[in-house]
Amino acid sequence: MSLKSSQLQLNQQGQLCHFLGIDGLPRELLTEILDTADSFLEVGERAVKKVPLLRGKTVCNVFFENSTRTRSTFELAAKRLSADVLNLDIQTSSTSKGETLYDTLRNLEAMAADMFVVRHGNSGAAHFIAGNVCPEVAIINAGDGNHAHPTQAMLDMLTIRRHQAPFEQLSVAIVGDIMHSRVARSNMEALRILGCPDIRVIAPRTLLPAGIEQYGVRVFNDLRVGLRDVDVVIMLRLQKERMQSGLLPSEGEFYRQYGLTSDSLALARPNALVMHPGPINRGVEIESAVADGPQSVILKQVTYGIAVRMAVMSMAMAGQTTQRQSRQGAQ
Amino acid sequence: MRITIAGARVIDPASQFDQITDLHIDAGQIHALGQAPEGFVAAQTIDARGLIASPGLVDLNVSLREPGFGRKGNIASETRAAAVGGVTSLCCPPDSRPVLDTPAVAELILDRCERAGQTRVFPIGALTKGLEGEQLSELVALRDAGCVAFTQGLAPIRDNRILRRALEYAAGFDLPLIFTPQDPALAEGGVAHEGPTAARLGLPGIPETAETVTLARDLLLIEQTGVRAHFSGLSSARAIDMLADAQARGLPVTADVAMYQLLLCDEDLDGYSSLLHVMPPLRSSSDRRALRQAVQAGVIQAIASHHQPHEPEAKRVPFAASAPGISSVEIMLPLAMTLVADGLLELPAVLARLTSGPAAALGLPAGRIAVGDRADLVLFDPAGTTEIGKHWLSKGDNCPFLGQAAPGCVSHTLCDGQLVFQA
Repeated sequence: MSLKSSQLQLNQQGQLCHFLGIDGLPRELLTEILDTADSFLEVGERAVKKVPLLRGKTVCNVFFENSTRTRSTFELAAKRLSADVLNLDIQTSSTSKGETLYDTLRNLEAMAADMFVVRHGNSGAAHFIAGNVCPEVAIINAGDGNHAHPTQAMLDMLTIRRHQAPFEQLSVAIVGDIMHSRVARSNMEALRILGCPDIRVIAPRTLLPAGIEQYGVRVFNDLRVGLRDVDVVIMLRLQKERMQSGLLPSEGEFYRQYGLTSDSLALARPNALVMHPGPINRGVEIESAVADGPQSVILKQVTYGIAVRMAVMSMAMAGQTTQRQSRQGAQ
Repeated sequence: MRITIAGARVIDPASQFDQITDLHIDAGQIHALGQAPEGFVAAQTIDARGLIASPGLVDLNVSLREPGFGRKGNIASETRAAAVGGVTSLCCPPDSRPVLDTPAVAELILDRCERAGQTRVFPIGALTKGLEGEQLSELVALRDAGCVAFTQGLAPIRDNRILRRALEYAAGFDLPLIFTPQDPALAEGGVAHEGPTAARLGLPGIPETAETVTLARDLLLIEQTGVRAHFSGLSSARAIDMLADAQARGLPVTADVAMYQLLLCDEDLDGYSSLLHVMPPLRSSSDRRALRQAVQAGVIQAIASHHQPHEPEAKRVPFAASAPGISSVEIMLPLAMTLVADGLLELPAVLARLTSGPAAALGLPAGRIAVGDRADLVLFDPAGTTEIGKHWLSKGDNCPFLGQAAPGCVSHTLCDGQLVFQA
């Protein structure tokens, strides 16, 4: 049987060599990512925003789904680490000519790429690439289907750690389309590993996955009950197509029941953080005044995203290098 | 050719015969058991001491991929693989290209199978033209061309009136129908059992109700029309309960399950192996337990391979993008022996689910050892071991059991008195 993500992404020394998902990673490793990201935040404030950790390495951003923000922050992160960066928007190139994912990546590997940052619509795509296509290239999951978005989760954790009390003292609510959200899954896993004692998910029944209890979360269908006294509110983006498949009656009804407004936010703790992975739908899941208000750290998340991606990329590259050396040593 | 199989433990589940004796074969038939008849001189004697002699296995679901899908498999390769697995009779589903909805396609398949000369093949015809669920196939003509039953597979008949008419028409000619219930709307987009594992992996789920809602409808229409019905590949505990209830009410419905459904469950999907992408999906471990108990209790009479070979590219993609199906016909006997090894059933009972059970379900003239019957036999060493994948003959190597060892080892397969496989 094939390896679980948690086994595939650590080398024999327990270092990160791919970053595929949060599930199964030890707490110390998540903390190491956050500590490393903290140290990189300072790089972003310098006049010369570069460190030489990935000098001479080639990073390919291979995006099978559109994403301006995530790809830009990965690109900036790689450049600040002094890597050579290649951006590929696959929707408009090879797969439309009938080339398979397997062949596309094998070709890139043949160009001596050292790292692939991959976003793909199929859950498990990054795992598939790390396990079956190019195990010797460091794979960073930039979002796979509904499964995982681990760098988003880590930048969310960094935001919480820098702006709130320690995880052990927090109540965190995740609100909206949990079912289709890779961000929600990765965040629930990260919060649990980091010791958050009260994780809540707030959503209508139709937007909750089967077996949500396995994440050790409390489930609320009523926003006004679920938000009471929380320290952090993570809002999720609602896709328009959810209205067509009978999951929701309308955007308006969703906003009235689950939209984060000044009124509903008042139920949370006075200093509660408002977070959103972006891009936000103003007036669908969040009121403009809240998104732009004093409790919102949505733009901080973007800034921290670069630091977190620098941390993960440098750690995975180091782990992959160690792995390669021990393989060569064994031969 | 005259053959004597000497000293095997002969197990015939149909007649509950189980004894160490000699089998004598002449002109493709079982000529005698025990003492050789006067004047019988064997041209070949197989020393079968320590081996089991069973009726050749009857596999109700083997996709041969011919015509139409030569990259995945063909009649020669897949019937050869079946013979290695101890299978001497198999049913092929109608999802070839073109669909098996005309006598010409049935004749083509049967001709090529005869030329391959490995196993007997009983084609299953498409219940509707092109499996499109709208217009009935010419069922009687297909029967006359050799089709032993009819099915839609997973392709739906959306219109209940058409379904009712199809069942009535088939009942009028006493034609057996095979059902694999799955509501297309509830299953839409799904690739795995809707439950905690799929939720965690982010794989779109197929709820149990996709099966049970349709099964309930099918059972009611079967009862109303009195058609002979067999269910194939039921996957959930709830569906098994419904089937057992129907049987208890006296409805003569039978069922088979895929061998892999008894061995795997959705928890195995951790790791995203596309080899475990099957349809209907692998359900929970408690569903698997219910399937195993139903096989034990005889609510499920048959175990089939549900063999679906694929070219490597069909599986060398992320899970959801992969083609569903497992290639496993050539390890049917060793996989069956794992059910004996883990204590689910005694050997004769397992063999019943693989021979007389499936033969009776569709009324096939196969699956037993009786004087005057065709000599379709498998000889195997119950103490042997099969290293799965050491030799592999199916064109599809999409098998999650490759590299594992299984108990039992086929030594000879005879079809129509001819030795078609010898280890």
